[in-house]
Amino acid sequence: MEGQDLAQAYRLFECIQCGRCTGGCPMSLKTRFNIRRLIYEALVYENIDLQSKEVLWDCSTCATCTLRCPKGLDPTDIVIGMRSILVEGGRIPPTIRDALKSLAIRGNPLTMAKEERADWAEGLGVKEISEGAKVLYFVGCSPSYDPRVQRVAKALVQAFKKADVDFGILGNEEVCCGSEARRVGETGLFEMLQELNLETLEPYPVELMVTTSPHCYNAFQNEYQGLDFKVQHYTQFVAGLIDEGKLPLSKEVKRIVTYQDPCFLGKQNKIFEEPRKILKSIPGLELRELDRSRERSLCCEGGGGRMWAEGTNPEERLAHTRVQEAMDLGAEVLATACPFCLLTLEDAAKTVAGEIEVMDIMELVVEAL
Amino acid sequence: MEPRRKGLKPAALVIGGGIAGMQASLDIANAGFLVYLIEREPSIGGHMAQLDKTFPTLDCSSCILTPKMVDVARHPNIQLISYAEVVGVDGGIGHFKVRVKQKPRYVDVDRCTGCGLCVEACRLKGRITSEFDVGVSKRGAAYIPFPQAVPLKATIDPERCVFITRGVCGKIPACKEACAAEAIDFEQKEEMTELEVRAIIVATGFDLFDAHLKPEFGYGLYPNVITGLQFERLSSASGPTRGKITLNGQEPKKVVFIQCVGSRDKSVGVEYCSRVCCMYTAKQAHLVKEKIPDAEVTVLYIDVRAFGKGFEEFYDRVRGEGVVYRRGNPAEIYKKGERLIVMVEDTLLGESVQLEADLVVLATGITPRGDAENLADLLRLPSSSDGFFQEAHPKLRPVDTEREGVYLAGCCQGPKDIPDAVAQAKAAASSAIITLRNCMEVI
Repeated sequence: MEGQDLAQAYRLFECIQCGRCTGGCPMSLKTRFNIRRLIYEALVYENIDLQSKEVLWDCSTCATCTLRCPKGLDPTDIVIGMRSILVEGGRIPPTIRDALKSLAIRGNPLTMAKEERADWAEGLGVKEISEGAKVLYFVGCSPSYDPRVQRVAKALVQAFKKADVDFGILGNEEVCCGSEARRVGETGLFEMLQELNLETLEPYPVELMVTTSPHCYNAFQNEYQGLDFKVQHYTQFVAGLIDEGKLPLSKEVKRIVTYQDPCFLGKQNKIFEEPRKILKSIPGLELRELDRSRERSLCCEGGGGRMWAEGTNPEERLAHTRVQEAMDLGAEVLATACPFCLLTLEDAAKTVAGEIEVMDIMELVVEAL
Repeated sequence: MEPRRKGLKPAALVIGGGIAGMQASLDIANAGFLVYLIEREPSIGGHMAQLDKTFPTLDCSSCILTPKMVDVARHPNIQLISYAEVVGVDGGIGHFKVRVKQKPRYVDVDRCTGCGLCVEACRLKGRITSEFDVGVSKRGAAYIPFPQAVPLKATIDPERCVFITRGVCGKIPACKEACAAEAIDFEQKEEMTELEVRAIIVATGFDLFDAHLKPEFGYGLYPNVITGLQFERLSSASGPTRGKITLNGQEPKKVVFIQCVGSRDKSVGVEYCSRVCCMYTAKQAHLVKEKIPDAEVTVLYIDVRAFGKGFEEFYDRVRGEGVVYRRGNPAEIYKKGERLIVMVEDTLLGESVQLEADLVVLATGITPRGDAENLADLLRLPSSSDGFFQEAHPKLRPVDTEREGVYLAGCCQGPKDIPDAVAQAKAAASSAIITLRNCMEVI
């Protein structure tokens, strides 16, 4: 693709080169990735040489740039567009290629078997949506397969049961929402997964879908076309249950907790209050805010395909910075509400001196049940 | 057209007592017509009264403004109605009927000498955010907004005064006890007046962009992130720090100015350039260098718009004084220990940098007043897409409106600096005077 085509497709002529995108980019401090400059190159070079731009894979699609842009442009989408050119040309990091292959064949990026997707729920008495339920719990890939994140799915089930929620899961019919496929530039694969999910969902009279992951939430809420029911992230749903008195949190959880705003929940969907509301409803829990929180929250580097690729500077990790900030705050627990944050932060916590536990909000909720 | 009543001079109404409204009032009054000048705050003066120096000449703002305020108050043809609001407008050109609500000051202005004893005595002294000092200082419930206020009369804040809100303030309210002139009057009620005027000038000014709407800069969270107007109060010799630029008694040594906060920014619904921020920032950068010579001063900008008379020269001078201009608009501010870190890409280097700062000044832009829509409804005035009142023709009728007999002056029509606001005020006054004269001829 020529620079001019990119410029037309993404309205790059409107860019004033103010630098807010790159200034706010968490990656620009640790790698040579500079989206402002890439936009400029696409504008002024007849042919922009994307093939040599390995840095394009550094972006975690946290979308801080999009949030900051004063001209209503979407630099995140520009990165995705540039990546799709690389993907088309077959220039793609092998680990991402493997994940995409697995997505196409097995409906998950973790190279796990399709028929094992619902194994985590065995013995929990969770019904399948085909048996009829108003609320569909869309589990997601990591919560289905990753042993660490399975604990979050199980905690959600426990809370739903306690609150007498009439819910079901898609079981082995569930496939990836496609959010990450879209973000690494595989638009075709995203569309295929969207179609699969829509087909699967079609016969069920679902009123509400609740997701574990903010990434799935964002895809269904903002990117899927043709869903005829409401979508909520679990923090919204659970905060509602607490509000309505359906989920009494009675046991004390005497811990000092801080909260990492997941980018796809906070910055991208402005869901800042509900997670805090849940944490504040837990008796005995002390919530301390990180200096960089809400709109200024720091990305964990888990999105945009970065769960599968290291980027050009794997040594310095933002998740590590984040864990350190949480420890400086005197937090005993760094809580989050996103499977990717949970995994990256927990990884980082292993490498810092001192003790801090990384937990999902739901794990704290079930401690209080 | 109504017949002119005998013995009455034809009158105009000016809404808003900032520099534009004052200038328009003086011009119409000097032409021999009567002017009702309505100001909603306790004093006239507007934003210009809050400024320290003015760009690019560095005139002291209140030194050039105060004499004009006094002229307004003393002019035999100007009836100043302060602490009042326009609540209804009927009729049309030549015969407007305007209803005005006089808010109770709870102070008898005929008795009040402006001595300030009540201000000193008020039990809430130092507990209420001062609007005039934009939060840099605190006032009491009984207050005079600033020492040069016109009229120099005390006002009691009905929302905060303990006696008004709760009915009790000690045995006798402290202000009442302190006032030798017996001017405190808690029995005062709101009063409605009707005025007959032939022309109306709208000069209601602007609000500053609310920096809380850019949460990435931590305004309201970090005490050393302030707005340009707060800087004016810090720098003003008559301000709370007597012109010393200090925060908690500390002189900042690394000062960062951020341009275009709430201007040219679609993400907060402000598409236009506010026209004054480039130059007021240059002026403030100069003031820091003048008052704290060893301070490192950095201005972060997108484009510098120095388009007015003497502006580019002033911009050259400020850089010559050692102020560093770096191209790039910051994305975020966070805290590292006691210092602020400003995250910005220096776009000329193509590098992201983290600048340390102990004071950050946000060059907040000019927005339409929060109550502009309300006034637009009252006057049946159209607004342009940016929310400012719309002139009848962008080139050839810049002070007229769609409504005959109603004219615009100053920032209510769009962002302006002081000379432009004054020029427009004089143009609006000229239009109003033509209307006033034509009405006389008809009769």
